[in-house]
Amino acid sequence: MTQKDGNREIKDVQEDYALGANQAEAISVLLRELVAHLRQNRTQLREEWARRITEAQLLTAMSKDEIFAEATTVYDNYVEALETETFETLQAYARNLSERIIPRGVETHEVVGIVLLLRDVLARSLFAKYRSDFNKLNRILDAYEPAANRIANTVAVGFVQERERVIRQQQEAIRELSTPVLQVRERLLILPIIGVIDPQRARQLPEQLLRGIRTNRAKVVVIDITGVAAMDATVANHLVQTVEASRLLGATVIVTGLSPEIAQTLVKIGVDLGKMNTVGDLQGGIEQAERLLGYKVVPIVGAS
Amino acid sequence: MEVPILKQGDVLIATIQAALTDADILHLRTALIHQVVRSRSRGVIIDVTALDVMDSFASRTLREVAHMIRLRGAETVIVGIQPEVAFSMVQLGLTMVDVSTALDLEEGLAYLNQKFKANS
Repeated sequence: MTQKDGNREIKDVQEDYALGANQAEAISVLLRELVAHLRQNRTQLREEWARRITEAQLLTAMSKDEIFAEATTVYDNYVEALETETFETLQAYARNLSERIIPRGVETHEVVGIVLLLRDVLARSLFAKYRSDFNKLNRILDAYEPAANRIANTVAVGFVQERERVIRQQQEAIRELSTPVLQVRERLLILPIIGVIDPQRARQLPEQLLRGIRTNRAKVVVIDITGVAAMDATVANHLVQTVEASRLLGATVIVTGLSPEIAQTLVKIGVDLGKMNTVGDLQGGIEQAERLLGYKVVPIVGAS
Repeated sequence: MEVPILKQGDVLIATIQAALTDADILHLRTALIHQVVRSRSRGVIIDVTALDVMDSFASRTLREVAHMIRLRGAETVIVGIQPEVAFSMVQLGLTMVDVSTALDLEEGLAYLNQKFKANS
């Protein structure tokens, strides 16, 4: 932002402030009154809220006592946010709450639901209180609504952000775990692939395998794709390239566990599988690999 | 830079030590196909561990060398292709079809010895 823009903005704000000063003052007077009312009726409103939460079958993952304890804290934070019109404390609390309840399977709609319920409970108590004075009720609601909406917004956004952070973290973890290269015998590696192969994983696959071949001095690699549900042309080509690159490092690759669906797609899209050595299942693949390496597995006579 | 060619028993070992120009590679080719019969070798190992790039000319020429050496009555193994090099070669379609490859010099020697044993 340039200096000029900055100045203009400050001026605008000042003008707005001058225009709205009286109004703002009136609002804060109303808010104070509101807060006093909410403080007075704390116990009753809090109970009402907790009851409504249970009734609406939200937060089913939590026990009644827990809901009540959280409800109390949220209520106090809520009133405080209304009073001070600062949202940092509430934001921090929302994040903390999300951290605790996300692992327990609480959904976004539940969190949004309980905040909206609280908003509703409080609004109803205001209706009840100012029933006789319609003008006053209107002004009170004018003061209450924007602040309440902002609180609901803050809590919901805090929850979603926390959730997204958790998802990102998990994605990272899955990515790290997604292509393990395991040694089953001297010079024999297996690479079980489970789940969807997205382009990023497809890129990672040859990298990890080739590195594994070199560090383990592998001669035979069994790539097991029993756990792969579907495969497109790009991924199939990556697999073929991985096989060829492994051969350049002196390792033979055996691919096992191609599902009927994958076999059909691969033949239909015309991927050249001539260079691929395929065996029906992982056991067969390992047996063939053992033959290639000159191992012979014999059962011990008399062993249980 | 000239590539040294060492004789070790029945095997000739050419170790490429730095990036080669096209002329160097052609020179290596001539030297190898001459020496393989002169030294009565049964196998040739070309060690490319030091190469971090393998272009189409180099890989095509190495493949030709392997074919020529076969015609001269010996086996060729290319050893020490780096993982990154291997993958970029495959992406360029330079897959060295019908040329034997091995992880490193030791593996290459083991492979040739096995072959010799099978043939004798």
